[in-house]
Amino acid sequence: MISKLFKNVSNRRSFLGAGALLPLVPLFSSTNTSADNPADPKSICKSPLAHAGGMTTVGNVDHLRNGFDPHNLLTDWETGTVEKDSAGKTIRKFEIIAVDTEIEIAPGVFFPAWTYNGRVPGPTIRATEGEFLQIKFINMGSHPHSMHFHGIHSAKMDGISGAGLVDPGEEFVYEFRADPFGCHLYHCHVAPLKRHIHKGLYGAFIVDPDPKLHPQNTTTALSRQLGTDENMHWQELVMVMNAFDTNFDEENEIYAVNTIAHEYSKRPIKIDKQRPVRIYLINVTEFDPINSFHIHGNFFDYFDHGTTLTPTLNKVDTVMQCQAQRGIIEMSFSNHEPGHYMFHAHQSEFAELGWMSMFEVV
Amino acid sequence: MVYNRIAFFVVLIMLGVISLAIYVFNPLDDFDNNLPPEESLIIERVTSGPDGFTAYVRGNGREPIKISQVQVDGAFWNFRQIPEGPINQLATAKILIPYPWVQNETHHLLFLSSTGATYDYTIDVAYKAPSPNKKTLFSLALIGICVGVIPITLGMLSLPLLRLIGDNSIVFFMSLTIGLLGYLFVDTLEEGLELTKISANAFQGSLSVLLASVLTFLGILAISWRSKPSTDGIILATWLAIGIGLHNFGEGLSIGAALSLGNAALGSMLLIGFAIHNLTEGVAIIAPITKQKVTFGMLLCWLCLAGLPAIAGTWIGTFTFAPHWNALFFGIAAGAIAQVIIEVTRSIWVMRVNLGDKFIVSNAFAGFGMGILVMYTTAFLIQV
Repeated sequence: MISKLFKNVSNRRSFLGAGALLPLVPLFSSTNTSADNPADPKSICKSPLAHAGGMTTVGNVDHLRNGFDPHNLLTDWETGTVEKDSAGKTIRKFEIIAVDTEIEIAPGVFFPAWTYNGRVPGPTIRATEGEFLQIKFINMGSHPHSMHFHGIHSAKMDGISGAGLVDPGEEFVYEFRADPFGCHLYHCHVAPLKRHIHKGLYGAFIVDPDPKLHPQNTTTALSRQLGTDENMHWQELVMVMNAFDTNFDEENEIYAVNTIAHEYSKRPIKIDKQRPVRIYLINVTEFDPINSFHIHGNFFDYFDHGTTLTPTLNKVDTVMQCQAQRGIIEMSFSNHEPGHYMFHAHQSEFAELGWMSMFEVV
Repeated sequence: MVYNRIAFFVVLIMLGVISLAIYVFNPLDDFDNNLPPEESLIIERVTSGPDGFTAYVRGNGREPIKISQVQVDGAFWNFRQIPEGPINQLATAKILIPYPWVQNETHHLLFLSSTGATYDYTIDVAYKAPSPNKKTLFSLALIGICVGVIPITLGMLSLPLLRLIGDNSIVFFMSLTIGLLGYLFVDTLEEGLELTKISANAFQGSLSVLLASVLTFLGILAISWRSKPSTDGIILATWLAIGIGLHNFGEGLSIGAALSLGNAALGSMLLIGFAIHNLTEGVAIIAPITKQKVTFGMLLCWLCLAGLPAIAGTWIGTFTFAPHWNALFFGIAAGAIAQVIIEVTRSIWVMRVNLGDKFIVSNAFAGFGMGILVMYTTAFLIQV
């Protein structure tokens, strides 16, 4: 009967808490009871650890075993191999293989992922506006997969059922022109979509503007084109906001940029304050309607989808994206004091579940 | 005779052959393709203190479970496991989480295993767990006295009054005792079965409680039935005191557990309610000895047997919590109470034989009904 009595009591804010018994003591004893008095602030958690740095995953991820380091993912551009056709136009060829891989997404937590080239997010495919792309996709996974590019292409190259859906052991070559320039993504478009995406089949697809086609904004376009002198001045980073539902209850247990929870807060990203920062930000988070990016102590210009050379948002410090929405963030720390500048999702929930990061400005 | 022995060996040999066949051909082979490890975790108890939460967990699956991360209220949180490493089946570990919890509010804990499986636990009302110092022990003892010793003393004080009444009224009171014991039996068994829901699977939950109950019942019955049924009230009263004492120990365990877990809203009013509820227990103990001379020492002895276990239970329940052991205990207590019911029934039967035609059957039934009703009503009043 007793345990039932206790269970029936309202969970929250019981005005007669269990503590109501202990204050009975002064009736019988003359000793001071402050140590057990629930109203005494000293009686709550006073561990210094609890308030400073308590919020964290515990331990370290073995990046070697995973086969990829999130710090390398930031700047790892997959530019493929280049050929010229008879007319002298550039053909850029890529090879992507889908494989089932178990990856460690937080220290000691292993996730049975489906991946492009064994990594999550998949390789950052980077090309220049107007180039002809040939992406050979080989499916070595256990389920049918595809590569559905966000870009302009013909219906038969769409990466959906009947147009580039690849059964296990088969392959397919997606062909289209890199268009429009911007910050895009690709992902598997096989049903059930939710499962295929959140298991890890997504990646960044960046199309740099061709400076020749933008005479009014040549300098800006040059700064965006990989490998130019103007571009070398920039510190470019690709950040894919993703999350993992480890117990398959359609809710995420772990959030991150580039897969590994809390990785960039444990090992901050080094930023040279003399060089401007450009972030290719992509949201692929499944199950939650939106994700967001917020920078501490600074403001940035934002180019929605990256399809313009002038900002679509000026001077903001927070931006939100729905799934598959993406954009380019440009900011500078040139007038800042060196130090650690935090950036994270401004859904506190996501931040505390892993999407928490740090720039170390030097 | 020889054939009988051969038959026995045939059974043994066939059992061996079948085991070997299952091992060699493994008919389950087709169903075992890369299944995730059969791991599971039971969170037995979480206490809140000045250094945050302390969770007591137990491995519940055949495979060891590795706790990789801990979330509190949807945030990854620092933690330390003692001892470190994977937790084997039925092994226990302590997990220290330095979390700034909030007095009187609800907190949610989530443990992530290496496979990403999650095990959750809710602290309904966070409250600083009492620490085992002299003062706490003293206040817990007071609680035990309030629910155990005082009501039984008060009940026993009705002895002079009971001495005035006739034989058939004694029958009424004895039957009332049976009703009361019946109520306690169901209550104790329910309490035990409730606990099995949070015990590790290998303990086989409700089965172990029922088994403990039946074995205790039969065991004590075997001891007591060596003697012929008698009207010796002293023996009967002693059995009653033991049965009620076991029940009160259980009651103490539950109160203690609730106090330490902070999921209790147990006010002073509840204490008074329990006292009234348990008053009848004192009356029950002395019902068999109304026509007998007893010493003050005997009365004191019964009081201790029946009342003091409440204090011990409160202490143990506050500072230890192993649901399976507690469940097992409740099973034993239920068995003991059932046995006392038989004992009291036997003595009423003896009275019936002795009284012959003067025995009023309706008194017995009225007493029984009254016993249950009194317990039910007082329990009801505590809850409203």
